[in-house]
This record gives sequence, structure tokens and C-alpha cells, in this order.
Amino acid sequence: MAVVTFVSHDGEKHEAPLEEGCSLMQVATNNAIPGIDGDCGGEAACGTCHVIVDPAWADKVGPSGPVEEEMLSMNPERQATSRLSCQIKASESWDGLTVQLPEFQM
Amino acid sequence: MSSARAVVVGASHAGAQLVTSLRQEGWSGEIVLVGDESVLPYQRPPLSKAYLAGKCSLTELAIRSQDFYLKQGIECLDACVEEIDRSARQVLLSTGDRLSYDALALCTGARPRRLRAAGTQLDGVHYLRRSSDVQRIREDAIPGRRAVIVGGGYIGLETAASLRALGLDVTVLEAADRVLERVTAPEVSAFFTRVHQHEGVDVRTSASVEALVGDHRVREAVLASGELMAADLVIIGVGIEPTTELAEAAGLAVDDGILIDAHARSNDPTIVAAGDCASQDMPRYGRRIRLESVPSAVEQAKVAAATICGTDKEVTALPWFWSDQYDLKLQIAGLNTGYDDIVLSGDPTADRDFTCYYLRKGELIAADCVNRPRDFMTTKRMLGQGTAVDMAALTAEVAV
Repeated sequence: MAVVTFVSHDGEKHEAPLEEGCSLMQVATNNAIPGIDGDCGGEAACGTCHVIVDPAWADKVGPSGPVEEEMLSMNPERQATSRLSCQIKASESWDGLTVQLPEFQM
Repeated sequence: MSSARAVVVGASHAGAQLVTSLRQEGWSGEIVLVGDESVLPYQRPPLSKAYLAGKCSLTELAIRSQDFYLKQGIECLDACVEEIDRSARQVLLSTGDRLSYDALALCTGARPRRLRAAGTQLDGVHYLRRSSDVQRIREDAIPGRRAVIVGGGYIGLETAASLRALGLDVTVLEAADRVLERVTAPEVSAFFTRVHQHEGVDVRTSASVEALVGDHRVREAVLASGELMAADLVIIGVGIEPTTELAEAAGLAVDDGILIDAHARSNDPTIVAAGDCASQDMPRYGRRIRLESVPSAVEQAKVAAATICGTDKEVTALPWFWSDQYDLKLQIAGLNTGYDDIVLSGDPTADRDFTCYYLRKGELIAADCVNRPRDFMTTKRMLGQGTAVDMAALTAEVAV
């Protein structure tokens, strides 16, 4: 089973199984990962599912889209590999994926 | 595991968040989520959009998977709560069972306000709140049919956009002199009217419906002006009313919503409430407000769960809202109640993206952002943190 690791701001690790086709936000909420709210349900409308993809995985996961980019652009915790996890379609081939969570969701 | 039991009434956005937050806040006892829709809690906003358009299934709209509730030891009960017995700390279920509780949360939501007109019982006349409503609308929404939408609020306009995409003829009837009258500035109303007209929707304002007529099935709408409007289906979206009968019958304080303090507590300290059914003291605004929004329901549910678990939390987040119509993403930060001035960035009479900033006594209080996620996030962050806002800088930056 492919596993993704969410690393909280203070270094706490939470693992969750990757489900093909699910968004990474859904994976997080289905596994009660603290720090990912996903208030809008995955419409890139709220910005509360921000994750920072491990740079080693950035190419596989891909870059943010235009709306996502605008949503992230004003975020003080934004980093080069920041994404909204609702906009990432998970793949079971991503076993070992690691993403960091920001200290605050917007 | 402790033997305490938390009962959450209403498998809504608030209910789904509340049971989750209870576990995150360390509630180790039983959790029972009682809902009467026979499905796991689902995202309601897409009902008038992607779900109506047939682009997603109800399973895809589930807020959390079945597996989540199993793993978290949350029991989802398919039943109605008929009565709350506060002295015995029990709820009476439609199944005849009594369920005792140590903590009770009311997330009973809201129901559509009924249209005061004859003929609303006819076939082909719909309200839109639950997935079952939309399943019925979908059966009726055949391309080429004439749909009349009563109410030019967010639900009405979102539905109009979805039905146009499905190939129906659509008319929107709004009783006020502009759409979105209750919630936005005239400039924003004019923008949405223009876009809907451009998309082929017949938008009629100052148009109230006196009756819906037909033999068995609706055939036409009769307007107060006497005009007859042919209709194969009618969708009524004239607002919602909080579902508070259960709370009222139990003697809880209710006034357009179950009254709750900043900690989401009702006047019974063992009972909290969250979501559309609740009217809350909001420290940010210094008054009591009943909000109809998913983010607010989620926020209140988190606070309510903390209160049950003995953690001190208050609702501090800025209220915000969103609406999708056609290619337009409207995001609203803050409440514009009492605004005395607006500042526009972009031209709502010509563009498909702009922001309308609302000011009161020179201070920014809210913004309607159409296809301007950056403006939305900026405003949400500044208002949320209470940062002083330099309007000149804000509008200059976005004008680039």
C-alpha cells in the first residue's frame, strides 16, 4: 500500500494511505490529519489545505495551476513547492511522498 | 475509552466537522451522529452546481469516507430526533429508541423558506436543499424545457447557470428591484445580471409570483403584474429558515436560530449548536449573527467540539463565502452589513473579473471578488488579522 507522510510544522509525522484518484486533501481529511481543513471541499476557494511538497517530489506532483497560484501568492508561509492539496490528484505510484504543513492555514 | 457519549444531531457540514473535531480534541467516549438523509454527510454547495450538472456522484461529495467514521469509532445513525429530554439527558429517536447523552450538539441546519403562493404543491415545482431535491430536479431538467427560477439570490443564480449549461431555457424572477439585493452592492448585482443575460437567461426584477398553475403538473407562473410565464419546471430559492423546532420544544433560547455564545454553548451548558441553525454572539462584530455558510458552520463546529472537551476556544475567523456561476468564481471576505461606500477595482460593466471593496467610515469591512483569488486572499488575511488597510495601495496593486 502506497503511503504519504504529512509532517506538521513542529515535525510530527502522520501517515495515510494514498488512494488513486482522490485528492491529497481528501486523503488528509479521510485520515483526520490535523492541520488540513479543506473548508471549501476542494474548490480551491478557501486556501485551507496548503501543503509544501518535498522538493524531491515536486516534479512528480507537478506545479500549481493559475487559480491555485493566485490563492497561494499572498500566503506568508508560501514556498517554492507550495500547493493546495485539493488540487493534487493522488497516485498510488507515489509511495513515500512527503509533504510539510504550514504553521497556519489561511 | 471513557463511557461518556456525545450525540450530534444533524449529519450536516457542521455535524461532520463536529464529530471529527471531537476526536481531534481528545474525546475518547462514544460519538453518535444522527442524520435523516440516509447518506453520509456530503458537501452541499456543489448540489446547485456540479451535482445538478451531473458531473459528480453523491459518493464523491461525501465530506469524509465511510472508512473514516469506522476508524474513528463514530457511529452514523439514520434516524430523526423527535425530542430532547433535557432533565434525563436523552434524545428520543424516530426508531423509538432513547439515546442518553453526556454532551449534545445540535447541527440541525436550515430548510428552504416556502414561497407564499398557490400551486407550489404541483409536480415540477422544486426547492433545492438536499441531494434528493436535486435528483428530482435532474429528472425534470430536460434540454429545451423552460425553467422558471423564483428568487435571484445565490441559489437561484447558481441554478440558473447550471440549467443553462444543461440546455434549458431559463427565466429568473426576483421580487426586489435587483438580484442579490440583500447581499451585494448594486454594481455587483448589475454585473451578475449582465453575465446571466449574456448567457441567455431572462432576468426579471420587481417580478413576484402570485401563483403557479397547472392541472397536475406546473404549466405556468402567474406574476403579480398579471403576466403569465410558461414553465415546465419551477425552482424556488427564496432563502432558508433555521431548523429550530427541536431546540424550541426543549425550551432552549431561540430567536431566528438557537442562541449560542462565543463558545457555541446554548443556554443549557450540556448542549452546543453549530451551523445554519445557530445564532451566535460574535466578538468580532459585537453582536449576534446567524450566518448561512459552510466555513462558518465548520468554524462553529470546531469551537463547539472544543467546548464539549473543556478547551477554551472562540470563533474568531472572518466570515467568508463563495459562489460559482459559469466561469465566475465569486469569493466574499467579511460581512458588508452597514457599508457606506464602495471602491471598485476593475470594471464590472465590461470585465469578467473585478473586486468590490466595502467600506464603513473609511474602513475596509468586506470585499466581493469575482475571478480575483488574490484580492480575496489579501482581504481575508488583512481583515482576519485586523491589519490596518491602505485602500490606495490595495487598489493600486490590483490595478496592475
